[in-house]
Amino acid sequence: MEIIRSQRRSSKVDDVVSTLPLYRSAPPLQVRLEDFELFAIDRLRVLKGISDGLSRGKKPDEMEKLVSDLWKANMRHPQASEFVNKDIISHFVLRLVYCRTEELRKWFLSMETALFRHRFRLETPEAQRVLLAEFDHPYKAVSHAEFESVKEKLGQVARSFGQSLPSADAIYFKVPFEEVPELVAGRRVFLQKGHAYVAMNQVVSLVVTQFRSHLSKALVLTNRKWTSTIREQEKERLTPIVEALSTSYLGPDYSQPREFVEISIKDIDQVANSSFPLCMRHLFEKLREDHHLKHGGRMQLGLFLKGVGLKLDDALAFWKAEFSQKVGSERFDKEYAYSIRHNYGKEGKRTDYTPYSCQKIISSTPGVGDHHGCPYRHFSEENLRAALGKMGVGNRAMEDVMDKVRNRHYQLACTLTFEAVHGSSCDAGINHPNQYFSDSQKILHPKVDPAR
Amino acid sequence: MTMEEVDSGRDAMEIDGCEPEGQEKMRENAVPDGFNANYLKVYYGKLFPHSDLFKWMSYGNDGKHPACDQSYIGRREFSFTLADDIYLRFQSFNSVHEMENSIKEKCPFKIDIGPVYSVDPTKRHAYAQSGDNVFTPVERELVFDIDITDYDDVRYCCSGADVCLDCWPLMTVAIKVIDTALRDDFGFNHILWVYSGRRGVHCWVCDGRARRLSNEQRAAIADYFRVYKGNENSQKKVSLVGPALHPFLARSYTEVLKDFFEEKLLPGQKLFSTEERYEKILKIIPDESITSELRGKWQENRRSSISKEDINAIRWEQLKHMLQSGKQKAQGLRRCVEEIVFSYTYPRLDMEVSKHMNHLLKAPFCVHPKTGRVCVPIDPKSCEEFDPTSVPTLSKLLEELNMGGFRADADDEWERTSLGKSVKFFRLSFLQPLLKSCKEEIESAYNAKLQLSKNSLSW
Repeated sequence: MEIIRSQRRSSKVDDVVSTLPLYRSAPPLQVRLEDFELFAIDRLRVLKGISDGLSRGKKPDEMEKLVSDLWKANMRHPQASEFVNKDIISHFVLRLVYCRTEELRKWFLSMETALFRHRFRLETPEAQRVLLAEFDHPYKAVSHAEFESVKEKLGQVARSFGQSLPSADAIYFKVPFEEVPELVAGRRVFLQKGHAYVAMNQVVSLVVTQFRSHLSKALVLTNRKWTSTIREQEKERLTPIVEALSTSYLGPDYSQPREFVEISIKDIDQVANSSFPLCMRHLFEKLREDHHLKHGGRMQLGLFLKGVGLKLDDALAFWKAEFSQKVGSERFDKEYAYSIRHNYGKEGKRTDYTPYSCQKIISSTPGVGDHHGCPYRHFSEENLRAALGKMGVGNRAMEDVMDKVRNRHYQLACTLTFEAVHGSSCDAGINHPNQYFSDSQKILHPKVDPAR
Repeated sequence: MTMEEVDSGRDAMEIDGCEPEGQEKMRENAVPDGFNANYLKVYYGKLFPHSDLFKWMSYGNDGKHPACDQSYIGRREFSFTLADDIYLRFQSFNSVHEMENSIKEKCPFKIDIGPVYSVDPTKRHAYAQSGDNVFTPVERELVFDIDITDYDDVRYCCSGADVCLDCWPLMTVAIKVIDTALRDDFGFNHILWVYSGRRGVHCWVCDGRARRLSNEQRAAIADYFRVYKGNENSQKKVSLVGPALHPFLARSYTEVLKDFFEEKLLPGQKLFSTEERYEKILKIIPDESITSELRGKWQENRRSSISKEDINAIRWEQLKHMLQSGKQKAQGLRRCVEEIVFSYTYPRLDMEVSKHMNHLLKAPFCVHPKTGRVCVPIDPKSCEEFDPTSVPTLSKLLEELNMGGFRADADDEWERTSLGKSVKFFRLSFLQPLLKSCKEEIESAYNAKLQLSKNSLSW
């Protein structure tokens, strides 16, 4: 049982104290039932704050401050000695909460990893080195002779993202490139024959990769335990708490359309005009115009339409009507119909895919020829203004929207657009294109839902 | 195939592979251009290198060594596209004969190769019953797909699926840049480049290390290669920030892209010859005063006597001079020259294909149904000599077969056709070195395991 690290380390290195646990195994601690829930809710606030920060496209240094603030605000405990316990208990409770579906696991994994990353960066270099040793990775620092031989290239890499040249005593680790995917993806390391040269201030990536893969495996195991024993055993006690916790924060997943909304092809142009958020309107219009969308656009719009209530048969007819004008109906049946059925869980893995959330759309990276992504983030100012004008956003509101965009509050920009177009407020904010749609429909057709 | 033929086929099985129409064609050497199922049958019967493909896909596991994984090849997905767009997904084969017979019998218009799954893909439904998702891809070559249609905004000679010798060099440049990085940066050795039959190239990275990459690691490699940050709705296509270029980009620029841009693309596509074309380049420069000065110059000397050939080079020099002269201290503007070159020449990959293990990719040596061209390997060492308009076509190959007369039991009929060169290249330059290293890998893994069990025994 090695979770309380400050204790373990105190025997060998007294002056280096880190309060960052690796969560290797569940704590044998006694927890009061109300703490079980309260701690978890506090940690959820942190994770949710991180999720919002990421979806606003905050930069690493801004994220660091955000995480540090969130952590201080939510994870303190009246007794200093209980601080680490609260950290560990809340983590393991949320593991139970978020182990139960692929979607939940994915969310929890990325938020916990982001949290760990930023907490690691806030540690002192000495503490980082100690943590690094805890992960028992086999890589040695690059020797002086080897460092000299690649010094020039390392300097080139450092300068390519605005850092100063490495000094002669800089520590670099030489690791297989597979271990640091995010540094490879950002071209932030020098690569040679399959090895990545990782600077000391980049080891966070190395550590995070391992943290993530460990947690990912652990979540799958927890899920198995949950379904096989815990859920039944704790039917009276923990299960209700756990089940309530996950829904309270993630919101609905929109993969199943609400029962009272259902659209048919003949109405689609009209609802697109009245109730689609800009990202979907844009895709929709481009599809009508070009009779084609590239993969990213097909996924983003296709899953949205599914969430809106377009039935599989209608979806096939809809896409075919457009694509066949460009590629012919034969090629449509051959190359595109499969992936539409796939989205509806009728092919391949047979997963019922979930419509993309704002966060996913904002963090996508549309390339040449692509029209998907979040217009507030991915359009040039000129194009965004034109698009908003077409939606009927007036001058004053437009400036407000652009102001949010400049501050990278893309979801807030979308919320303001919603309010400008509908002339009514949207207090919850926009988190999901399908939420935009259903909120819009509620305003436009208040009587549709007989239950209210 | 008409109904009658199906019936006669059922009555007399020996006709298979030698349709009446096909026989008639054999009497005269000339074979009409184009693509049809009968030609394809002959191609699969006499020319398609079944055993080479099978050996490749086995990665040494078809050997006798005790460490060979006998189930390996049988877990690989093959997918056939038949006439009338019938898809047969999740085919798998346990022996070369099984594969060869299936291909000859079904005569697929296209053969795709998928990943190696955890279990035999034909039995995936049986495993699906057990609840846990055991049917999942476990290995797959790292693949790249580059398509000339993605370059439509920088080529004026063709558009869409068309390709000519003026725009094909864009593909050559892509091969050079990606191939060098895969070898020097990522340390891969077993790389196969294949002409896709019409408008692009495919790349298969087959090292064991590449085959075992996770989706996340694949995405990281794809992103390493990505310089396009813009999309259709924002202006900038390439953004190079920071005071220096990453060594990979710097090398690509100085060793390949710069010269290609100035010597081939600039004159070949006449990038500055009309107002519409040079405006597109000026758009990349963020400084209003510079663009308007250049624009002024170029609109003025429209009437002057510079010959059409020189105008592109002259205007490019003027632009470079303006951006790189001592006056322009701003780093961003100097970078603009590089950004223009990257925008026009840097490889444009279809990212999705590379990022996921379960993407299908067309097998080499297929025949493209639209062009009749065979998807032959391209040697990256001499890729500038590759000419997509002169690769062997189905009809040409059949003609060559006919000329040689009928030979009863020749195994390697491809040797006397123009396909011979390609099959030989595939074997000598790709397959043999690959299988050699697979064998070594299997042996060393086995020895390590032996060592381990010995150690545990001594305890």
